[in-house]
Amino acid sequence: MNDIAAKELVAYVTGIGVRGPGLVDWPQTEAVLCARQPYQRGETLLPAPETLPPTERRRTGRAVRLAFATGLEAARQSGADPAQLPVVFASSGGDGDNCHEICQTLASANRALSPTRFHNSVHNAPAGYWSIAAGTQVQSTTICAYDASFAAGLLEALTQVAVCGVTTALIAYDIDYPPPLRAARAVPAAFGLALILRANPQPNALALLRVRLDTGTASRLGHHELETLRATIPAAEGLVLLEAIAMRRATTVNIAYLEPQTLRVTVTPCA
Amino acid sequence: MTPLFLTQFTATSCLGTGLQPLRAALSSARSGLAPCRFEDVELDTWIGAVADIDEQPLPQIWSPFECRNNRLAFLGLGQDDFRAGVASCLSRLGAHRVGLFMGTSTSGVLQTELAYRRRDPGSGALPADFNYAGTHNTFSSANFIRQLLGIQGPAAVVSTACSSSAKAFGAAQRMIELGIIDAAVVGGVDSLCLTTLYGFHSLQLTAPRPCRPFAADRAGISIGEAAAFVLLEKSAPRAATSAIALLGVGESNDGYHLSAPHPEGLGARLAMESALSAAGLDAADVGYVNLHGTGTTSNDSAECAAVTRVFGMDLPCSSTKGATGHTLGAAGALEAVICALALQDQLLPGGANTSLVDPALQLNYLTQSQPGSITNAVSNSFGFGGTNCSLAFGKLA
Repeated sequence: MNDIAAKELVAYVTGIGVRGPGLVDWPQTEAVLCARQPYQRGETLLPAPETLPPTERRRTGRAVRLAFATGLEAARQSGADPAQLPVVFASSGGDGDNCHEICQTLASANRALSPTRFHNSVHNAPAGYWSIAAGTQVQSTTICAYDASFAAGLLEALTQVAVCGVTTALIAYDIDYPPPLRAARAVPAAFGLALILRANPQPNALALLRVRLDTGTASRLGHHELETLRATIPAAEGLVLLEAIAMRRATTVNIAYLEPQTLRVTVTPCA
Repeated sequence: MTPLFLTQFTATSCLGTGLQPLRAALSSARSGLAPCRFEDVELDTWIGAVADIDEQPLPQIWSPFECRNNRLAFLGLGQDDFRAGVASCLSRLGAHRVGLFMGTSTSGVLQTELAYRRRDPGSGALPADFNYAGTHNTFSSANFIRQLLGIQGPAAVVSTACSSSAKAFGAAQRMIELGIIDAAVVGGVDSLCLTTLYGFHSLQLTAPRPCRPFAADRAGISIGEAAAFVLLEKSAPRAATSAIALLGVGESNDGYHLSAPHPEGLGARLAMESALSAAGLDAADVGYVNLHGTGTTSNDSAECAAVTRVFGMDLPCSSTKGATGHTLGAAGALEAVICALALQDQLLPGGANTSLVDPALQLNYLTQSQPGSITNAVSNSFGFGGTNCSLAFGKLA
C-alpha cells in the first residue's frame, strides 16, 4: 500500500472531550491515562444538553446527551464557535435505547409509534439536535463503519479539514444496547470522544496529527482497564490517540480500521 | 472541484431492475406505486416495493448478510454489468485505490423488527439465527458490498436519513480529490420496514393514495425502496463520446427542526448554491432540477421557495418520487442516476401522478416527460435532522 501511504493527512488537535464509564472529562481522563490518577469504573454520566431549548432537551436520549457532552467540552476547550463548526458524527450503532423501544412497539398488538421516537430513530438525530442548538446551517455528517467507526470518522473529519481548510469537529459516540439486543451486540457501556481538528497551527494546539492509511497491528493501551474499554466499545478506539496525546511525547500509533487497514497516526505534542 | 466521471451506474426500484425499465418509466412518467401489501402492515397507504425480493435469497456464502436490504443491494448490483465494470476498475487501479461510500437510513432493521416477534417467551432473548452485524447494523450493506466486490480502499456508510446517499457522493469526492483513492463505488440502498411505514404514519405524513408531489391536493409521501450505484472515477470512460460527470456537491443543515423543514428552505437554498459554486456553474447553466419533492405540504412548499430563489420560476423541474416512492436513504443515489439518464437521453422526466400543480407553488413543474436540451442537472435530497445535500451533474463533450 505504498502509494496510499504517501498521502498524509495533517491536523492540529485544539480541543478534546471525553465521557465514559468513570471518565467525566478530558482533564480527568488525561490524568488517568498518565497514571497520575487511579481509574474507578462507574456509570457514564450524561448531563442534559444545556445548549438545547427545553422542549428539544426533553426529547433527547443517551446518544444525543453523550454526543453533546463530548462535543461541547471539546469546542469550549478549543474556543471554537459551534455555529461555525462542521461536525462529523461517527457512531457504530446510533441510539440503541430508542431502537429497542420501537422494535418492542412494532412487535406488540398496538404498533402506533410515538412521532418523537420515530424522528429520534435516524442515525443523524444527534447531528440534527446539534445544529438546532448551534442555530447553524453549517454542514455536518453522520457515518458508521461498525467496529471501525472511530477510524472512519477520523478519516472523514481529516478529509474535510484538508479539502475545505475549515476547523472541523469529530464526535464519536456509542451507547450500549439494552436487552435483548445487548446479547447480539455486546457494547458494554456508553463512551464518547470528541476532537476539534484544525488545518493550521494555533497557540492552544495540543498536538499535531499526521495520518495515513497503513496495514499493521492495531495499537493497544498501556492502561489495563481502559484497554478493556477500547477493545469492547468502537468509539473508545480513539483512546489510543488520547493516550499518545496525554503522554506529551512524539509517538506513532495504529488505529484499527477496516481489516487489514489501520490508520497510522504520528502524534507530535505542541505545547 | 475536479469533475468525476460516472463510468458505470445502475438503479433498481419499484419501476424495475436495472436501467432499462427505469428509462422506459421515466420517458412516460409511469408510476410503480401500488397499495401497501408489505408484510402484515395494515396501513392505508401506497408503497413502491421491488418485486421478487422475497423469492430471491442471497447465495449461501453470503448468508450472514441475509436480509431484505442486502438482497436488494445484491439484486441491484447484478444489473447493467455493474459488477463487471467495478471488477475492471479494481484490476486497472488496484483494489486498495477504490473506496466504497454507501447511504442508508434503516439498513436491515426489518430483520430486528421480525426477530422481536420471535423472542423467547421465558428469557425474552432474540432467536439464535438473528445476526445483528450482518443485517441490522447501519454498516451491514457496505460490509457486504465491500466483500462482494472485492473493494479494499476506505469505506463508510453515511446515514443522514433521506440525504444519506447524496452525501455519500461528498465523502467519496473528498477522498478522490485528496488522492487517497482514485475511484469509488457510491450508492444507496434502503428497503421497506415497519419502522418507516408506521413512523411516517405516526407523523401523519403517509399519503392514503399514490403520492402527488407539488400537486395542490398532495397528501404526503409514498414510501419506496431502491438500490442505486455509481462508479465515480477521475478519468472518462475510454470509448465514450460524451460522458456524465459529478460536478459539484453542496451540503448544509437547517438548524431548525428535527422533522420539519425550514419554512423558507434556507438550508436547501444553501445546499444548492454551494453545489453550483463547487461546480463552477451559474444557475442559468442548469437545465433540470430533480426535486426532493416528497409530496408533503410543508416539504414541497419549502423546497419551492428555495428552488425559485436560486433558479427563478422558469427552470424545468420535477420530483420522480411519484414514480419510485420516497426511497429514503437510497433516494440521493437513485435520483443521481435519474439525472444521469436525463443528461444522457436529453429527457426531462415528468413527475408521475401530479396532474394539477399547486398554484401556490410558482415554478415550472413538469407533469409530462418531454425531450430537452440540457447540459447540467441538479438533484436535491433533504432529510430529518434538517440535513440537506444537492448534487450537480453535467454532460461533458
